[in-house]
Amino acid sequence: MSKERDALLDPLFNNNPIALQVLGICSALAVTTKMDTAFVMSLAVIFVTAFSNLAVSLIRNWIPSSIRIIVQLTIIASLVIITDQVLKAFVYDISKQLSVFVGLIITNCIVMGRAEAFAMQNKPSLSFIDGIGNGVGYGLVLMAVAFMRELFGTGKVWGITVLHPVNEGGWYVPNGLMVLAPAAFLLIGCFIWAIRSWKTEQVEEEFHVGALLELGHESHVR
Amino acid sequence: MEHSSRYIVLFAAAVCGVCSIFVATAAVTLKDRQEANKLLDVQKKVLVVAGLMQEGEDIDGPEVTLRFDENITAKVVDVASGEYAAGVDAVSFDQIAVAADLATSTEAPTNRARVRRVPNQALVYHVAPGGELRSIVLPIEGAGLWGTLYGFIAIGADGRTIDGIAFYQHKETPGLGGEVDNPRWKALWKGRKAFDEKGDVRITVKKGMAGSPETDPYRVDGLSGATITSRSVTNLLAFWLGDAGFGPYMDRYRIERGI
Repeated sequence: MSKERDALLDPLFNNNPIALQVLGICSALAVTTKMDTAFVMSLAVIFVTAFSNLAVSLIRNWIPSSIRIIVQLTIIASLVIITDQVLKAFVYDISKQLSVFVGLIITNCIVMGRAEAFAMQNKPSLSFIDGIGNGVGYGLVLMAVAFMRELFGTGKVWGITVLHPVNEGGWYVPNGLMVLAPAAFLLIGCFIWAIRSWKTEQVEEEFHVGALLELGHESHVR
Repeated sequence: MEHSSRYIVLFAAAVCGVCSIFVATAAVTLKDRQEANKLLDVQKKVLVVAGLMQEGEDIDGPEVTLRFDENITAKVVDVASGEYAAGVDAVSFDQIAVAADLATSTEAPTNRARVRRVPNQALVYHVAPGGELRSIVLPIEGAGLWGTLYGFIAIGADGRTIDGIAFYQHKETPGLGGEVDNPRWKALWKGRKAFDEKGDVRITVKKGMAGSPETDPYRVDGLSGATITSRSVTNLLAFWLGDAGFGPYMDRYRIERGI
């Protein structure tokens, strides 16, 4: 059982896809101005990573290695299209705000990274759990960043006004930087800093070019 | 593991086949719901700008449709002449397809709102709660700072006074140009005049504060920190209420009513 538990819990802090592996940064910038969009995006990514891991793992022994990447992509792309269709049918307003970023889950490195690095070597149930774990790990960072950006950028938490902004007659002057994409970089940087101060084993050794070629440094390879 | 080319091709075909079955199933089974959502979305936007629904008000689909059908009539207008298009069913009229098709749209004259094409026929909405016409809702769009602003403006039954304005889709900077969504700013429009006595478009968004609607009827407060977005709103209104947009329709409306 502990293997399953590790697959689920490790990606949350010990091996977070954004904080340690530094994958999936692009969408973390784009969809984190508000918590509700970040939440739906997280759910979408959890769904896609979990089921793409499951599907890839199910057929891992039959995939010809020469076309494995494109096979993984086909599966991921199909799942993303299905997700997009479901969002359009059931949460139309949020799917409009997420616009192209749902489609761009296809290019989210976390999804393919897990399919290639984990699902190709592990049994379906474990891969499925690993997919959920990594999706949740991504979602955690997304929600933390969105919380800060929404709170300081617009004075709201999940759409509910907490800090009454000046242009609606209150006292809080919204921080304009927070609503722009660079703020997400700063916040993710702080998040990585916080995690690595807590779990010092994640601090990378002094980086040199040869490190990419050494064993045990796969995490440097994006 | 080495595989023959034949195996690889067959494997790829099988994966594609299975994936396409899933995708096709999702697309087909969800299509009706999505279409209904799109229609509902337009109805909600029109209701909001017509003042018959609060923004973010949580009412379900059937209620929206009921409120829309009770109070609002969609009409198809021939944009260039300003006449109602005869024999076109407004319910099945697909505005997006008509605007996108080169055969049913015309190149726009050079304009500051950077509108490229104008549909030959367009949907307008008559808002008449209790049977008496209160306002006419017209679609508006134009280039903003980061992307196109899409919205509606409601002109009162006198054919001149603004009853409401709302942008439902834009990419303006949240907190700056994004304040086009701020209900306080939108409330400033109500009661101001879009057209003067001669029927020329006069409404502008000025830099700084405008006076009250009575003393300063043709100007609206600018959005602070968003000069370009403010100017864009002026430009797109000048275009869509002007001769290339719904100007002829509004002229005809005022003449017919003798106002």
